[in-house]
Amino acid sequence: MEGLTLSEAEQRYYCDLFSYCDTESTKKVASNGRVLELFRAAQLPNDVVMQIMELCGATRLGYFGRSQFYIALKLVAVAQSGLPLRVESLNTVKDLPLPRFVVSKNEQESRHTALYSSDADNPASYSGVIPPPPGRIQVKKGSVSHDAVQQRTSTDQQESTSPVVSPQQSPPTSPHTWRKHNRHPSGGNNERPLAGPGPFWAPFSEAQPGSSTASDPIWSGHSPPPHQENWVSFADTPPTSALLAMHPASVQDQTTVRTVASATTANEIRRQSSSYDDPWKITDEQRQYYVNQFKTIQPDLNGFIPGSAAKEFFTKSKLPILELSHIWELSDFDKDGALTLDEFCAAFHLVVARKNGYDLPEKLPESLMPKLIDLEDSAEAGEQTAEVGYASSPAEAPPSKSPSMPSLNQTWPELNQSSEQWETFSERSSSSQTLTQFDSNIAPADPDTAIVHPVPIRMTPSKIHMQEMELKRTGSDHANPTSPLLVKPADLPEENKMSSSVKYTAGNTVNGYSSSDSYTSDPEQIGSTVTRQRSHSGTSPDNTAPPPPPPRPHQSHSRSSSLDLNRSFSVTPGQQQAGVVAYPPAVPPRPQPSQGPGPHVHRPVDAEGLIAHTSTSPQQIPEQPNFADFSQFEAFAVSGVSKEDDDEIETHSESLQVEKSSDSASSLRVAKADGRVEDKAPASVPTSAGKGTTPLAPPPKPLRRRLKSEDELRPEAEEHTQKTGVIAAVLASQPSIPRSVGKDKKAIQASIRRNKETNTVLARLNSELQQQLKDVLEERISLEVQLEQLRPFSHL
Amino acid sequence: MAVCIAVIAKENYPLYIRSVPTENELKFHYTVHTSLDVVDEKISAMGKALVDQRELYLGLLYPTEDYKVYGYVTNSKVKFVMVVDSSNTALRDNEIRSMFRKLHNSYTDIMCNPFYNPGDRIHSRAFDNTVTSMMMQVC
Repeated sequence: MEGLTLSEAEQRYYCDLFSYCDTESTKKVASNGRVLELFRAAQLPNDVVMQIMELCGATRLGYFGRSQFYIALKLVAVAQSGLPLRVESLNTVKDLPLPRFVVSKNEQESRHTALYSSDADNPASYSGVIPPPPGRIQVKKGSVSHDAVQQRTSTDQQESTSPVVSPQQSPPTSPHTWRKHNRHPSGGNNERPLAGPGPFWAPFSEAQPGSSTASDPIWSGHSPPPHQENWVSFADTPPTSALLAMHPASVQDQTTVRTVASATTANEIRRQSSSYDDPWKITDEQRQYYVNQFKTIQPDLNGFIPGSAAKEFFTKSKLPILELSHIWELSDFDKDGALTLDEFCAAFHLVVARKNGYDLPEKLPESLMPKLIDLEDSAEAGEQTAEVGYASSPAEAPPSKSPSMPSLNQTWPELNQSSEQWETFSERSSSSQTLTQFDSNIAPADPDTAIVHPVPIRMTPSKIHMQEMELKRTGSDHANPTSPLLVKPADLPEENKMSSSVKYTAGNTVNGYSSSDSYTSDPEQIGSTVTRQRSHSGTSPDNTAPPPPPPRPHQSHSRSSSLDLNRSFSVTPGQQQAGVVAYPPAVPPRPQPSQGPGPHVHRPVDAEGLIAHTSTSPQQIPEQPNFADFSQFEAFAVSGVSKEDDDEIETHSESLQVEKSSDSASSLRVAKADGRVEDKAPASVPTSAGKGTTPLAPPPKPLRRRLKSEDELRPEAEEHTQKTGVIAAVLASQPSIPRSVGKDKKAIQASIRRNKETNTVLARLNSELQQQLKDVLEERISLEVQLEQLRPFSHL
Repeated sequence: MAVCIAVIAKENYPLYIRSVPTENELKFHYTVHTSLDVVDEKISAMGKALVDQRELYLGLLYPTEDYKVYGYVTNSKVKFVMVVDSSNTALRDNEIRSMFRKLHNSYTDIMCNPFYNPGDRIHSRAFDNTVTSMMMQVC
């Protein structure tokens, strides 16, 4: 067993076979399944196989170590050559042909074994073994292929000329160059590497026939049949077989390194080639060609081609930049902006395919993927780390790659580089995970969820509300709160200013009625916003009360005016002057103490109230005798009150006159007013006699009337219309009153009473309207604020 | 899932913009354009903050009724703007961040391509695939 000497070819072959069988990449043990498969492929009788296994010691050991495997292979060769299986035959048999392994549908392996048996070089025998494939000349293959390989590997310098030409030529034309090179004989050494792995691959690729036929059209279409032999012979070989050919320098160096490399490459190539057949496989010649091209750019096969150099190189192919860009995306696996040998070959292959009219795939075909490191089983630990790095970022997880096998050691730094990148990615992802966790802690404070619940409508709520929500979730998003907070607080003062200005402007206008309608139409939300606004506006500079309501004429007509009124009353009967219109007609100040607070309570005014007034006015006449009572009443000090009442009534009426002058009076009201005027006119006369007496006239009557009016006026519906009616009536009555001349006291007193009542009613009406005005103004402000909020979004 | 994804160059012209096709795309274009102002505001607000991935992610630029706009800026002032449908299940912030990270990675992959001149419109299929994976699956 020991001391097994293998020729170089044998060694290579065996090494490749071993790596093929080394499914687990242990480089120590060949998997039994594969070995058995191999032995079956050797077409040896089972007992012979058993014998071989015994002899090599595998049965003893229970597994196929490398040495056992080699011995077994040698024994297979021995057996195939018909020699008896002896241990001694291992070393004694010279010129033993390489063991042949036949796979059922495979025709190539025999071809390739023919290659291997180039030593014997009896093509005829092999052609007999091999059913001649269409258009293939088996005989030539061996020699030609070998020559080609030879030339390829040896004539790097010569091929340096070809790169100048080659980029513009599709690879199918390259055989020309190669054939040129074929004419240059070189040492037979160089053919070994290719020959070794080449036939090795073939037996184990079930898909070879199909692939060969598939790949042939690609290339054969462009190469005349004589070239086919060159291409064809290697068209069947998996592209990565060229890998071994690619490293002639190293190949010639230590065998072990190369064998290891070739074994590992063989491994992957095995896997990859056996899995499918596609038109994207790179033939050996192509591969070699690419390698040579690579070398022209980057002498070190283990190095990178920088992106710019690659760009120049591929631009020479005259493909559109867009396609070149896509090819780059496909081929630059590790996305490092540089092309390794494999990447370069893949890119070159794609360029070639494109130039030959094949559409670029969406994804990099497997055959073009950098096959040095498989995802499933990475030969190197470094690759595994890289794979792990990739796994952390699955989105961009191309298979970790390293350049060609022999240069694995040199590529480790690159790998480490890229793995560092990947590690940084993983770090980032982990950091993001930490961020994720952090965020998840604050998840409940997700902005939208936080905002939603307080506000039924998301976008319509006021900016203030959103600001509140933003303030609540200060911890959640790092960036989010800042921006809205930055934005919102800036807007808040603006909004407040605007709101205040709005309020002021609104306050100055009397739009109570129109806005009140809109207010009622938008209940809660505006109310809510209004409330919020109020809360904020409470702190804002416009906290001040709304501007004073429209001038309250009755304020101007304070108590001091009572005297004037009285004076006017005394004067008006005789004057009928419109100038005195300003003052209520000669209504003697009537003591209407109860009416004092009354007016502020009983805003609602009924026309009925007026009617009551008017109806009672005739009653006042019989009450005239009460006028004397009035004086009595006045005597005990209701005069001031009465005066106030009068004043209020008068001021109310005046204010109403001023404010509501625009109101139109109905004929009915006018009639009533006339009635009242008439009442007032006579009342004014007696009042002229004595101030303050008449007011006292029928306090009970006004009381009653007031009570009545209270009852009537309690329901506050239709206030506005009623008030307007009252106001109109009063206003209508006002001008007529001065004209009345010579009204008796009772009428005056009655009119005074009525006026006071209207005063109270109007005062109440006024206060209520003021309140409504305030509300409406606030609502308007809120609406305007909302508008402001919406505006920035519209113009953003 | 995003409704519209845009890549804006440093000079604020679009390198890549893609929307869900069923929508009125012009509206998204306009939205993205208007969001640039907010992006600039945030960038200036950040000042010379140390470049960290956190700062790269700008977060919610502004919400509207229908959608939310998120922003992300790279160190070379290339901006990614993403418009997300609000009616969608509120996407977590992390998800948005991860989407931006993927976008960023795809973008760097494009930049590594020597055939890509920075400043050109992005025609990369790989980038398109990345973006498609993020877009809403609207039939």
